[in-house]
Amino acid sequence: MNAFEYARPATVAEAVGLLSKQEGETAPLAGGTDLLSLMKDFLVEPKRVVSLMGIEPLAEIAVGASELRIGATVTLDALLQAGFLNQWGAKWPALWHAAAGIKSPQLRAMGTVGGELLQRPRCWYFRRGHGLLAQDAKGESLVPRGDHRYHAIFGNAGPAKFVHPSSLAPALIALGAEAELVSPRGVRTVKVEELYRAPQAAGERETTLAADELLTAVVLKKVAPKSATYEVRPRQGLDWPLVAASVALELDGGKVKAARVALGHVAPTPWPVDAAALVGKPLDEAAIGAFAVAALQGATPLAKNAYKVELAQVAIRRAFAAALKGI
Amino acid sequence: MVDLAWPDPNDCSILGKRTPRIDGPDKTTGRAKYTYDINRPRMLWAKFATCPYGRAKVATLDTSAAEAMPGVVAVEVIAPVGTECKVHFQEVACVAAESEEVAREAARRIKVTWEVLEPCVSDDDVEMAGNKAKKGKEQLTDGFDAALAGAAVVSETEVGCSILTHCCLESHGSMVEVAEQDGKTAVTAWSSTQAVSGVGGEFASAIGVEGSQVHVICQHMGGGFGSKFGADLWGALAARLAKKTGRPVKVMLERDMEIALAGSRPSAFATMRVGVKDDGEIVAWESAAWGSGGNTGGMGAPGLPYVFGNIPHKKTQTTPIFTNSGNARAWRAPNHPQMCLLTMAALSDAAAELGMDELEFFRKNLGLTARADVYREELAIAAERIGWAKKWIPRGEQKGVVRRGLGLAMHTWGGGPHTSNVQCTLHPDGAVEIRCGTQDLGVGARTAIAVVAAETFGLPLEKITVLIGDNRYPQSDGSGGSTTIGAISTATRDACVKAVNQMLAAVAPELNAPAEQLVAKEGMVRAAGSTAGGLPFADACRRIGAQPIVTMGTTQRGNGMSSSQVGGVQMAEVEVDCETGIIRVVKMVAVQDVGRIIDLLTTESQVRGALIMGVCAALYEERVMDPTTGALLNPDLEFYKLAGIADVGELDVHMMQTDEHLKRGVIGIGEPPAISPMAAISNAVANAIGARVKRCPMTPDRVLAALKA
Repeated sequence: MNAFEYARPATVAEAVGLLSKQEGETAPLAGGTDLLSLMKDFLVEPKRVVSLMGIEPLAEIAVGASELRIGATVTLDALLQAGFLNQWGAKWPALWHAAAGIKSPQLRAMGTVGGELLQRPRCWYFRRGHGLLAQDAKGESLVPRGDHRYHAIFGNAGPAKFVHPSSLAPALIALGAEAELVSPRGVRTVKVEELYRAPQAAGERETTLAADELLTAVVLKKVAPKSATYEVRPRQGLDWPLVAASVALELDGGKVKAARVALGHVAPTPWPVDAAALVGKPLDEAAIGAFAVAALQGATPLAKNAYKVELAQVAIRRAFAAALKGI
Repeated sequence: MVDLAWPDPNDCSILGKRTPRIDGPDKTTGRAKYTYDINRPRMLWAKFATCPYGRAKVATLDTSAAEAMPGVVAVEVIAPVGTECKVHFQEVACVAAESEEVAREAARRIKVTWEVLEPCVSDDDVEMAGNKAKKGKEQLTDGFDAALAGAAVVSETEVGCSILTHCCLESHGSMVEVAEQDGKTAVTAWSSTQAVSGVGGEFASAIGVEGSQVHVICQHMGGGFGSKFGADLWGALAARLAKKTGRPVKVMLERDMEIALAGSRPSAFATMRVGVKDDGEIVAWESAAWGSGGNTGGMGAPGLPYVFGNIPHKKTQTTPIFTNSGNARAWRAPNHPQMCLLTMAALSDAAAELGMDELEFFRKNLGLTARADVYREELAIAAERIGWAKKWIPRGEQKGVVRRGLGLAMHTWGGGPHTSNVQCTLHPDGAVEIRCGTQDLGVGARTAIAVVAAETFGLPLEKITVLIGDNRYPQSDGSGGSTTIGAISTATRDACVKAVNQMLAAVAPELNAPAEQLVAKEGMVRAAGSTAGGLPFADACRRIGAQPIVTMGTTQRGNGMSSSQVGGVQMAEVEVDCETGIIRVVKMVAVQDVGRIIDLLTTESQVRGALIMGVCAALYEERVMDPTTGALLNPDLEFYKLAGIADVGELDVHMMQTDEHLKRGVIGIGEPPAISPMAAISNAVANAIGARVKRCPMTPDRVLAALKA
């Protein structure tokens, strides 16, 4: 790890002022569960680290009758604890499942909601120093000819082959959450899915945030009691899911009024799936099965990760089943 | 007088009972100091610049920036220009600096340019390995073709397992201090080693001093599994740099180098055919096996078929593959778990092909093993404990999404004792000290020694002081091959029996009894069989005079003291989600013969630990290499996956402790229970899903592929 300047501002305005416009010059620090390992491995080398943990409003969680507002530095434990206290999990089960799926007590204690959403990919080529696009000296990707068992099956036509690792993002996307962003240019609100992009060239990041922009909160504005997240996670304890699916449903007389679906760990971004085809139809096992197959139709697996196509279909089916059952 | 022979089990107060480790509290509270924990005044940290490729030649090397960095005290080049590095993370240069951080940064500032060469990291594909695969000669017994042709059923199996690494929780390394004392060089080496008495010479020769000048200390170690016999380059460097700088130097590997270089277990794959008669009798075995242990090839003994070595007609062939990856080191029963997987899978498939209950099939063929009676007894106990008769469903009969399966495997091992020497000091105040230059690789060495001494002197455990992990104590061989417990227990018994008998002789006149009739039991010295009179132990010891009694004991072989050769049976029950390919181990049963047990709790713990390692190998653990760069992709505990406690399932351990077993004496238990788990789990999965998963670890992709095949 390189030496760096450390700042601990008390307000968002101050924090934003301490961030550089230049990508990589500065880094916001919350729980540090990802940033510190990135710095230790010299994958990022910020000159200044700006801790957000002194900004009290960022650690607040507000649960209303039909609104949930989660500050960016709310820890995963605090999020789950608030769920026990005021039962927000019953209103947004998909988010509850996703948060509860992060099985490490240490990560839950230190990791924050904002940090979870903006953590860097776990691609082993990236983490071993081959760059986010895992290119060799000639600019060709090592991934298709390498070991890509965990890599993308969607959105991988460009140079990015990694998968986005966030557990919470697919759930928030399915639930229609918004993210609040603050920069010196002011406050803006975007849909959670709009936080992400697949980089197209070396040096590009996988998020749409400007270098001097902070994620301050995510907001859910509508209750979605029929929702669920299903993760295909090999180990019972801490492990990365191979794929995950989040669904949120509104039913009307047994028929689908609205449905939102998002997949995790299948693409360089969390991967929203168009569920319009379900609207107006009854949601039985056959319909869910057909939807799951259709949802994976456009998948472009690499030589050794076609199994993830199958797993994603299973995750969709099981997420729907869980949402309908209300578990 | 006390006999050397192990006392009657019914007469024992602590020997063979469940005794918690005496150093357990030290370990759980952090009071125990591992090599990694040793920090000395003015100590330097050493870190490495390493090769980032699987195979590359050092074209240019510039250490000037590192040398110029404040805090850097010494830089040593290991791979000068022109050296061909043959494995990712191979050491190029080493930096010793005032702090760990400075050393790490300085190592990064060593500039190397590389002539990158094509690596071979394909350890599972003979074709792809090309001329790196050295095809061995076919071994053929007379009548093989006729036997196979005459078989009622010939089953075919293809299965294998990936390379694992030792991945010791405490990485490899040493902390070495070189001082001038009384005109002589004195070297102190704190080394994470499984050979305390033997490793000193390597430090000595690294800096040209005599072995007598090296003091080796290893009070506690965080895992070795067979990979920590030598000082290695890292220990030698610590010594060289300590001599060069005149300051203590700590060289401990970082996790990535630990996984890359500090030992691996070879992969093994095979295609096999088994010929059986209608009634299940095995008549022919054919195998073509391949695998790699890195630069050193692979595919060593015990060979195929495993355990069922007496199959009458055999045709076997092996192909070791030489790859650009970290070398193999002995790994808890070298090559046995792999050969067990290959053999037990092929036999299980033969049983399934024949439509025979797997348990029945193995029973039927026990005559082909070296320990049929023991296995028969163990199979019966294991079957009872896992509920085989009730739960067995023939392979392929289940149709649901989640299916359950049973599988079994059998293993064999030696476990005879190595040479240990033990010194017993019995002080006139009754204090007992035992010294032995052994180490605790996981055996529970301190506890085992204390248990034997306490039993022999008739004292409670806390009255015994055990001193180990230091080469100034009497010589004891390295801990490998399950050889330690038989050695240290019998040598301790020998030393303590001699000491107690000297004391009994001294106190006999006062007790008005011949020494022959006296014993030390329950803290008293009195006539055997009596419950009154006599002297408290400490009072009796005062009669030995001002000087302590000092005796030496050594390993006792045979005569019921120690022995070799065990068999073991394990069964697994699994649950497989056939949509996700995720396997859950429901229960493992291990039934093991081990001769006479010193501490039942530690013994059972050894078996449980082995089962957990087996679950890791069966489901999660493997080294992953990039074929293009030859780089290791998972030299970390994030993607070098081990089981968490929730993944382990119920572990049921049964030790064979009938009179027949006890009278054999003490036998080692480190290796044997680590052999069968992977095979038993593989067989259980095949039973559940009706297909053989071709490779361990049985990850979801491989399980789903097997279901489609």
